[in-house]
Amino acid sequence: MDFRDTPEEAAFRAELRTWFAANLPAGWAERDPTAGLEDPEFSRAWTAKLFAAGYAGITWPKEYGGLGLPPTFQGIYLEESARHDAPAHIGVIGLGMAGPTILAWGSDEQKAQYLAPLLSGEEVWCQGFSEPGAGSDLAGARTRAELDGDHWVVNGQKVWSSYAHIADHCILVVRTDPAAERHRGLSYLLVDMKTPGVEVRPLRQITGDPEFNEIYFTDVRVPRASMLGAPGDGWNVAMTTLLHERGTLGFALTARFEALLARLVDTAKATRADGVRPADDPLIRDRIAALAIDLEALRFTNYRALTALVKTGVPGPEGSVAKLHWSEANQRLTKLAQDVLGPASRLDGSDAWWGGFWTYQQLRSRGNTIEAGTSEVLRNIIAERVVGLPRSR
Amino acid sequence: MDFAFSADQDELRASARRLLAERLPAERIHALADAHDPRNEAVWREFAELGWVGLSTPDGGGTFLDEAVLLEEAGAALLPSPLLSSVICGPVFSAATTDTATDLTADPSTTTTFAGAAGTVATRADGWSLSGDQSEVVDLGVAGQVIVLATTPAGPALFLVIPESRAVTVHRTTDGTRRIGTLTLEQTAATLLAAPATTAGLLPALRRRAEAGVALESVGVAQRMLDVAADHAKQREQFGRVIGTYQGISHRIADIYVRVELARSLAYRAAWCVATSETEPGALSDQEVDVACASAKAAATETAVFAAEAAIQVLGGIGMTWEHVAHRYYKRALANEVYAGSPAQHRATVATALLGAVR
Repeated sequence: MDFRDTPEEAAFRAELRTWFAANLPAGWAERDPTAGLEDPEFSRAWTAKLFAAGYAGITWPKEYGGLGLPPTFQGIYLEESARHDAPAHIGVIGLGMAGPTILAWGSDEQKAQYLAPLLSGEEVWCQGFSEPGAGSDLAGARTRAELDGDHWVVNGQKVWSSYAHIADHCILVVRTDPAAERHRGLSYLLVDMKTPGVEVRPLRQITGDPEFNEIYFTDVRVPRASMLGAPGDGWNVAMTTLLHERGTLGFALTARFEALLARLVDTAKATRADGVRPADDPLIRDRIAALAIDLEALRFTNYRALTALVKTGVPGPEGSVAKLHWSEANQRLTKLAQDVLGPASRLDGSDAWWGGFWTYQQLRSRGNTIEAGTSEVLRNIIAERVVGLPRSR
Repeated sequence: MDFAFSADQDELRASARRLLAERLPAERIHALADAHDPRNEAVWREFAELGWVGLSTPDGGGTFLDEAVLLEEAGAALLPSPLLSSVICGPVFSAATTDTATDLTADPSTTTTFAGAAGTVATRADGWSLSGDQSEVVDLGVAGQVIVLATTPAGPALFLVIPESRAVTVHRTTDGTRRIGTLTLEQTAATLLAAPATTAGLLPALRRRAEAGVALESVGVAQRMLDVAADHAKQREQFGRVIGTYQGISHRIADIYVRVELARSLAYRAAWCVATSETEPGALSDQEVDVACASAKAAATETAVFAAEAAIQVLGGIGMTWEHVAHRYYKRALANEVYAGSPAQHRATVATALLGAVR
C-alpha cells in the first residue's frame, strides 16, 4: 500500500500542471465562477487543445488517438483538471459512454469511422435511452425500428438527452422485435442526428437552463451498418454503456466535488453584508468538515476501486457506491452554501453571489440523485449484486 | 498509487479471522461480557505466541499497517483482549531503550495500556515513584502493565507501572467486552520509559494510533453488523416472501454497505498515514496525518453505530433481545464513538485545517 505517485505518475502530474498553466486563459485561476452552462464554442476550442496534447483519451488505445495509459493516469488527469478548475472535454457522453461501448462492440469500420472525431471533439454525441414511459426501466423502451431494405426506420421519442441540441450522433436504444420479451427485443443504433426526421426540442429545467432535450424520431432512416452488435443485442450493449458510465464516473464526480468544496470554503471565509463570517460559526464549520470527510471518503474509495481495476481488470461495484454517495453529498454541499450566504442566497442573476452560481448548483444538484441511475436503482444494484440479497422485483 | 494490502497482510488477515472465529463464537462473547470478571481471554496468549502483539516494535518485524489488519479483525470478532491498548503503546517501547539506562522491565509482549495524565512524580532513593489518580483507563485490570504520563520537574514524561491490585478499580461497563478502570497511585514505584523531550514527540504518535486504531476496529464492527443484517434478510420470511426482497429492508442494507465501504477507505488511508509517518519520518506533513486520523475516527465510529442500529432494525424483535449478539456490537460501537475524541471534536480538527482557526 502506498498512496504516493510512482515516479511515472509524478512525472505525468508535473507535465499536466505545466500544460494547464501554459494553456488555460490568462487570469483563469483568479476569475469568479459563473452560473449556468459553458459556452459550447469555448468548450470546442478547449477540447481541441486537450486532443492535440493527447489528454482527451488517456486510457484509449494509441491506434484511435489515445495515449494507451493505465486508468491511474486518467485519475491523475481528472484530479489536476479539477484543481485547475479547467473546462471539461465537450464530448462527455462520447468519451464516457459512446466511445467505450464502440470500443467494446464496434466493427473495425465503426471504430475507424467514429472514434477519432469523437476524441477530438469534432463530433459530439448524445444518449437516447430514456423515454417518457421508460426511465429507470430501460427494458420498457418503445421507440421502434423496422427493417426496410438496407435501413432501419425509427419512430418514437427519447427524453433527458444532454447535448442533443449540439450533437452529431446519438447512441439509441430501439425495439426491433416487438414479439420478443422486454429486453430481448432491443437493439442499439448509432444515429446521425442530421438525418431527416430527427427533431430536437430543448427542455427547460428548474435551473432555467435548457440542458436536456427531447428527441423525436419520425420515419428516420438509419443504415443497417450503423447498428452496434446484432439485432437483439441492444440490452447487453446498453449495459456496457452503463457500466462505463458509472465506472469512470467516480473520479470525475469526486474531482468536481473537490473543486466545489474549495468554492464553498472561499464563500464561507468572506464576511457577509450583515457582518457575519460563516467560517467562524461552529455549526457551519462542523458541516463543512463533514463534507471534507465525504470528499476524502470518495477519493480513497475511488483509489481502492482503481487498484482493484488495475489488478483484476474488472470494474468493481464501487462506481455505484461513489455515484450514490456523491449525489447526496453534493446536495448537502450546495444546500449548505445557501446557509452560508444567508438571505443573500435568494438573490438571482447579476445581483447574486458569483452571478447566481450557488443557486444554479443547488437546483441542479437535485438531478444528481435521478440521472445516471436513480439512487433507488443504485441501491437495488448494491443490495442485489453486491450484498447478494434476493431480487426485489 | 497502490491501495492494496500486501499478500502477507492478506494472509495475516485470513489467519486472524480463522483463529478469532474459532475461539470467540457468540456464546463465548456473551459469557465473557456477562462475567464482569476482567481477564485476558486465552486467545490473547495465542496472539502473543504468533508474534501478533507488538508487531510494530523493533523486534516485531511489522508496521502499523500489519496491526491495522489485526485491529479490523479484532473489531469484527469483538476480541475482549487489549489489542488496541497494546498497539497504541507500541511507539513507547520502540523509543524506550534510548531513555532507559538499565534494566528495562517493560516487555512489549506483556499486555499494556495507557493512562493519560495520572499525576505527579517523586524520586525515591531506588528510582521514581508516582502519585495521583487517573480515571477512564481502558483495559485496566486486563493489562498487566500501565504506561503512565506524569509530570516531572522537567516536563511530562512516560513511566511504566505494574500496579498492585489495590491500585486498580475496574468499573462495570455497558460494553462488557472492554473494561474501564481507575488507577490510584500512591508513591508507586515506576520505571522511566521516555524523558520529557522524547515524550513530547511520542504523544502525537500515541494519539494518532488511538484514533486510527479505534477507526479500524469500528470498521470491523460495522462489517459484522452488515453481515448479520444481510444474512437475516436473506432467510427471514414475512408476508410469504423473504424480507430482503422488500426495498424498505434492502435499501437500508445497501446504505450500510455504502457507509462501511467509505469508512473502510478512510480507515485504511489513516493506517497508511500512521505507518508511513513512523517508518519514514518527515515523509508526510503532520497536518496530513492528523486530518487523515481525525476523518477516519469521526466517520468510522459513526458508521459502526449506524450499522448496528440499522442491523437491529432489520433483525426486528430478536435484535432487541439479550441473547442476540447484535447488542454486544452496538455497545462496542457506542463506546468507540466516545473514546479518543468525539466525532464532533475530530470534525473541528478537519475544519481548522480547511478554514483556519476561528477568528
